[in-house]
Amino acid sequence: MKKKLQVEAICKGTVIDHIPAGQGAKILRRLQLLDSELRITVGFNLPSEQLGLKDILKVENRLFTTKEANELSLFAPTATINVIEDYEVTRKFPMSTPDVLEGGFDCPNSNCISHNEPVEACFRVRKQDDDIRLKCKYCEKSFSKDIVAGI
Amino acid sequence: MAIPSLYQKDIISIADLSREEMELIVATAEKLKHTPRPDLLQNKVIASCFFEASTRTRLSFETAVLRLGGTLIGFDNGGNTSLAKKGETLADSMQVIGSYSDAVVMRHPQEGAARLASEFTKSPIINGGDGSNQHPTQTLLDLFSIYESQGKLEGLKIAFVGDLKYGRTVHSLAQACARFNCEFYLLAPDALSMPDYLLAELDEQGVKYQCVESMEEVIPLVDIIYMTRVQKERFDETEYKHIASRYILNAEMLTEAKDNLKVLHPLPRVDEINVDVDKTPYAYYFQQAENGVYARMALLALVLTEGSI
Repeated sequence: MKKKLQVEAICKGTVIDHIPAGQGAKILRRLQLLDSELRITVGFNLPSEQLGLKDILKVENRLFTTKEANELSLFAPTATINVIEDYEVTRKFPMSTPDVLEGGFDCPNSNCISHNEPVEACFRVRKQDDDIRLKCKYCEKSFSKDIVAGI
Repeated sequence: MAIPSLYQKDIISIADLSREEMELIVATAEKLKHTPRPDLLQNKVIASCFFEASTRTRLSFETAVLRLGGTLIGFDNGGNTSLAKKGETLADSMQVIGSYSDAVVMRHPQEGAARLASEFTKSPIINGGDGSNQHPTQTLLDLFSIYESQGKLEGLKIAFVGDLKYGRTVHSLAQACARFNCEFYLLAPDALSMPDYLLAELDEQGVKYQCVESMEEVIPLVDIIYMTRVQKERFDETEYKHIASRYILNAEMLTEAKDNLKVLHPLPRVDEINVDVDKTPYAYYFQQAENGVYARMALLALVLTEGSI
């Protein structure tokens, strides 16, 4: 008997799976920042053999660039990004933490010059113990990734 | 190994400078202190853009330009500029000012201003302080003063005393001295101790440091005492009275000091160094302030001169 999918399949697009439960909302917010018109099907707190509970996001008609995929991996290093065409997985993105994160996030330092000027915030990414730290290129202040993502 | 060159380089953050580049700046400062070069910046126009007031930094930069024969344009506070009056972006302002001048010295109340300016300006930018972030020329004049008074930078024992949390001069100098295998003694009230991220950096680099309880215990051991001001406004009055006395240096405390000990302070001081220290051979903070001119002369000369000085 065919196993019933917990979140309806999509014909074409990207599935972000194996997101640790609770992280899905963060990624969703990030996706909406990338493109507010995206059609996204969401599943939160679904049973998962590997994780116990997981979140899943299915994004229709949108393929991610490697840069975007790397940015998403900051929030959920265990997640997988699968490219779907005609209901089949045709490609999987290898997840890796980027060295530099450019655009999309504002610097949490309210006195950072990047807020008032025609530039995008840019962070150098550094793993420290269990955390990922982001250091602003401009103000040189270092933050936990969750603070940068405004969570 | 290639000879380091700072020609046409931006000087934004102490972290951008290698040990060799710092040594070059210190050596050049010493040369220029003993051998005046009043023609070195002839026909060069240097913009001095102080978006916030800073008397010592501005005057020492401007003195440095004039002593090397350069010409100055600029302003001493941001209030009267097109940025403040007409809402121009800093990026646009600096692009234009950079096109008028051969180098730009700038100070700005926001963190990252100098880095941003360097992205929009062809002329090299020298950071004279960006908010609470960096003040690299202060660190370079500190390094020059340490070198001048000790004859070396390598392997010195340095005590940092006072506000080690908010004092950016302490942070940058510790990062710089870490490249020269110096050993640190840290003395600060609990509320103003060295930030964890900085201690983690020192650990990563294998720098030896220890937190100590009193100045008396380190005075006989160290080559340099770097004093900073414990700001009253960070404590309530009773608490301040209780702790401040532990971070005040007077001449009597220095009886056990090594002959080569020098006391440094970024100034302005309030009462953390008693005036009776001024007359001892250990006081070096006024020479240090004077060295601000030579360190800045060295930087300007290296950034604007191709080849050796």
